[in-house]
Amino acid sequence: MEIFWYIIIAIVLTVFFILDGYDFGTGIIHLFMAKEEKDKAVIAKAAGLFWDSNEVWLVAGGGLLFMAFPTFYASVFSGFYLPLILVLWLMIFRAIGLELRGQFDYPMWKSIWDKSFGVSSLLLALFFGIALGNVVRGVNLGGVENDISAYEAHYFFLPLWNAHFSPERTHPGVIDWFTVIIGVIAVVTLAIHGANWIRLKTNSSINEKLKTVIFRLSLVLVALTIFSLIVWHVIHPQPFGNFADKPLLIVFPLIYLAGIAGLFFTKSDRMKFGSSSLVIVGGITSSLASIFPMILPSTNDVNESLTIYNTSTTEYGMSVAVNWIIVGVLLGAVYMFIQKRLTAGKIDDMDYGH
Amino acid sequence: MEDMIFYDRLQFAFTITFHYLFPQLTMGLSLIIVYFKWQYLRTKTETYNDAAKFFMKIFAINFTMGVITGIPMEFQFGTNWAKFSELTGNIIGQTLAMEGTFSFFLESSFLALFIFGEKLMGQKLHLLTGFLVFLGSWASGYFILATNAWMQHPVGYEILANGQFVLTHFTALFSNPWLLPAFLHNQMASVVTSSFVVASIGAFYLLSQKNEEYGKLFLKTGILFGLVSSLLVAFPTGDWNAKNVVKYQPAAFAAMEGIFHTEDGGAEIVLIGQPNMVEKKLDNKIAVPNILSFLTYQEWDKQVKGMEEFDKSELPQNIPALYYSYHMMVGLGTIFIGVMALAAFLLWRKKLYSFAPLLWVIMFLFPFPYIANITGWYVAELGRQPYLVYGLLRTIDGISPTVSSGNTLFTLLGFVGLYLLLGLLFLLLVGKAIYAGPKPQTH
Ligand code: HDD
Ligand code: HEM
Ligand code: HEM
Repeated sequence: MEIFWYIIIAIVLTVFFILDGYDFGTGIIHLFMAKEEKDKAVIAKAAGLFWDSNEVWLVAGGGLLFMAFPTFYASVFSGFYLPLILVLWLMIFRAIGLELRGQFDYPMWKSIWDKSFGVSSLLLALFFGIALGNVVRGVNLGGVENDISAYEAHYFFLPLWNAHFSPERTHPGVIDWFTVIIGVIAVVTLAIHGANWIRLKTNSSINEKLKTVIFRLSLVLVALTIFSLIVWHVIHPQPFGNFADKPLLIVFPLIYLAGIAGLFFTKSDRMKFGSSSLVIVGGITSSLASIFPMILPSTNDVNESLTIYNTSTTEYGMSVAVNWIIVGVLLGAVYMFIQKRLTAGKIDDMDYGH
Repeated sequence: MEDMIFYDRLQFAFTITFHYLFPQLTMGLSLIIVYFKWQYLRTKTETYNDAAKFFMKIFAINFTMGVITGIPMEFQFGTNWAKFSELTGNIIGQTLAMEGTFSFFLESSFLALFIFGEKLMGQKLHLLTGFLVFLGSWASGYFILATNAWMQHPVGYEILANGQFVLTHFTALFSNPWLLPAFLHNQMASVVTSSFVVASIGAFYLLSQKNEEYGKLFLKTGILFGLVSSLLVAFPTGDWNAKNVVKYQPAAFAAMEGIFHTEDGGAEIVLIGQPNMVEKKLDNKIAVPNILSFLTYQEWDKQVKGMEEFDKSELPQNIPALYYSYHMMVGLGTIFIGVMALAAFLLWRKKLYSFAPLLWVIMFLFPFPYIANITGWYVAELGRQPYLVYGLLRTIDGISPTVSSGNTLFTLLGFVGLYLLLGLLFLLLVGKAIYAGPKPQTH
C-alpha cells in the first residue's frame, strides 16, 4: 500500500514538474530572450493560459502527501519552513506577473510584471532543484548535537545555509554547493523545456534563435550531469548501492539518457518537447530511486532516516483512499485531455472571441 | 511556547481571513453567472450574455486571488501546524486531498475554457463549462467544510497508542451531523455576498447614469438572489447551526450568547450589551426574556447553560471577541433581510429605480456581507477554542515543534506586506473593470 501511494504521489508531482515546469522555463526564456512586445505578449500567454490548471497538480500532490504520509509532510514542511514560505511568495509573484501584464497598456506596467514573472520563474526552478538536492542529501533529523536529539526523532529545522555552504553531515543547510548544483541543473533543464514549449505553442520571432539556445543548453546539461555524478560520490560513499542491489531501477537513469539523446537527435518540436519531459521524469525518478525506500535520509547516526514505511498512515486510511483516487485521476486526465484538445495548436492563431 | 502559538494563530487567522474574502465571491458569483448565461440561452436577449461576460471578468480576477492565497493555506498545515498534521493527517488529509483531486482540477481546467472558449465551443458548451466551474467551486466548499466539520465535531475515528487520530469509518466524514448545516449555511452566505456585489454595481450604474440598462438588470438579479439567500441564511440554516452548537459545543454557545449565569425558567435573548469579564455580566443590556430558550429548544422555559457551569479550561479564551462576532453576524443578517425585502417590494411596485436613497444604501452595503461571513467564521473558530480538534486535541499541542517564533513573525510580516499589495492590485483591477462596464457585442 505504501508503495502504491508513493508511486501515485511521485507521478502527480512529476506531472506537476512537467506541466508547470514549462511555465517556469517559459519565464526564464522570457526574462533573457524576449525583446519585442509582440513576442513578450505571446510567450507570456503560452504560460498564462495554463499556469493555474498546472499548479493544481502541486496542490493535489501536497494533499495526497498529507493524507498518505502525514509524518513526512509534518516533518518536511516544518523543517524547511523558510524556503517553503519563500516558494509560496515566489509562486504569488509568478502568478500576478502573468495575470497582470495585459491589464494596462503602459510599457512600464508591462515591464514590471514581466520581470515579476521571469525572475520568480527562475528562482522557483532553482529552489525546486535545491529541494530535490536536499532530499537526496538528507538532513540532520532530530536536530542532533553531540549525539543528543533536540527534537522528536522525525523533526528537524534547517537554516538556509551553514557557515561554509558545504553539505556537512553534522550541520547541513538548505543551500550548499551540492544542492546549488542540482538547482542549476533544474534551471537549465526547465529552460530547455520552456524553450521547447515556446517553439511548440507560438510563432514568436525568436523561435529560430531558440533552436541554438536549446542546443547549447543541452550541452551544458550534459556537462552538469556528469559533474553532479562526480560530486555525488563525494557526498554519498555508496551512491549507487540501490542501483546495484536492484538492477531494475536502472530504467530511470535510462529514461534520463533517452531524454538527453532525444534533445540532440529528434527533429520535430513535439518530439523535442517530449524529450525534455523525459529528462524531467528521468531526473526526478532516478533521484528518488537512488534513496528508495528512504524519502528523507538522516545525516546522523542517532535517528533513523524517514522511509515510506515509518511515515505512512494506517492501512485503512490508505486503502479507502484508493477508491476515490482512481476516479479522481481518471477525471483529471479527462479534463486535461479536453482542455488540450480545445486549445491545441499555436497560441497566436487562436480566436478567443475577444 | 506561548509566543510561538500566538504568532502561529495570528498568521493562520490573517491568511485565512484574507483567503476567504475571495472564495465567498467565487462560489456565489459562479451561480449568478450560470444564471445569466442560462437566461441568455433561454431568451436570446444579448444583455444577459453581456452581463455574464462582464461578471466573468471580475470572477477571473477574484478567482486568481483565491488560488494564490489558497495555496499558502494548504502549506501552512505542514509549516505552522506540523504536530496537528502528523496527528490528524490520516483523517483531514482525506478531505483535503479530495478537494484537490475533485474540485480544483474541475474548476481550473474549465475556467480557462469558460473565459476564452466562447467562440471555440458555441453557446451550449459554454454554458456547460460555466456550470462545471460552479460545480467545482461548490465541491471545494463542501470538502473544506467537511474538513472543518471534523475539527468542530470529530467522528469516525480512533486514537492509536502514539496519539495519532485515524479514520475507522470513511463515510462518517460525510454523514457528520455538523457538515450539512454548515455547508448549506456557508454556501447561502456566499450567495448573499455575491448578490450584494451584483446589486451594488447595478446601483452604482443607475446612480451615475452609466450603462443604465445593465444597471437595472444587475439590481433586479442581485435583489432576487439577495432576498432569497438572506432568508435562507437565517432560517433554516442559521438556526440549524445554532442548534448544533448547543448540542455539541455548549460552552461555546454560552459564550456566543453572552450568558454568564444559568437562569431558572427560560433564557433571554440579548440584543445589545457588552460582556464585562471582571464582574461576569453584560453591561448596558437590552434583552427579551425567554426567546432564546424558545429558539433553541422550542420551549419557552427550558434552561440554557451559562458559562459558570463549565470549567475555565473548557471555555473559549476570547469570550468578548466571540460574543461580538456572533452578534455582528446575526445583526447584519437581520439588516440584510430588511433591506432586501424593502428593495424587492419597491421593485415590485416599479419604484425602485428612481428611489435614490435606497440605491445609495444598496451601493454601500456590499462590504457588510463580507464582514458577516468573516465574523461568522470567527464564531466557529474562536468557539472551537481551546481545542484544535474539539474535545480531543488542544491548540497548543498542534504547532510545529521546531519553528521558532522569530521565523513565524518574519513570515507573518511578509504575508501582511504581500497581501496588502495584492489587495491594492485587486481593487485597482476590479475598479477598472467596473469603470469600463459591460460591453455590448460588437459584431
Ligand atoms: C452573509 C453572511 C452570514 C449571515 C448573514 C449569517 N451567517 Fe451565520 N455563519 C456564516 C455567515 C453568515 C459563515 C461565515 O458562513 C459561517 C461560519 C461557519 C459556517 O459554516 O458558516 C456561519 C456560522 C454560523 C454558526 C455556527 C457557529 C459555529 O460553528 O460555532 C451559527 C450558529 C450561525 N452562523 C447562525 C447564524 C444565524 C442565526 C444567522 C441569522 C441571521 C446568521 N448566522 C447569519
Ligand atoms: C473551512 C476550513 C477551515 C479550516 C480547516 C480551518 C482550520 C483552522 C486551523 C488549523 C486553525 C489554527 C488552530 C487554532 O487556532 O485553532 C484555525 C484558526 C483560525 N481560523 Fe480557521 N479554518 C477554516 C476556515 C476559516 C475561515 C474561513 C476563517 C475566517 C474567515 C477562519 C478563521 C480562523 C481564525 C480567526 C483562527 C484563529 C483562532 C484562534 O487562534 O483563536 N477559519 N483555523
Ligand atoms: C484552512 C482552510 C483552507 C485551505 C487549506 C484552503 C486551500 C485552498 C487552496 C490550496 C486553493 C487553491 C486551489 C487551486 O489551485 O485552484 C483554494 C482555493 C479555493 N478555496 Fe480555499 N482553502 C481554505 C479555506 C476555504 C474555505 C473556508 C472555503 C469556502 C468554503 C474555500 C473555498 C475555496 C474555493 C472556492 C477556491 C477556488 C478558488 C477561488 O474560488 O477563488 N477555501 N483554497
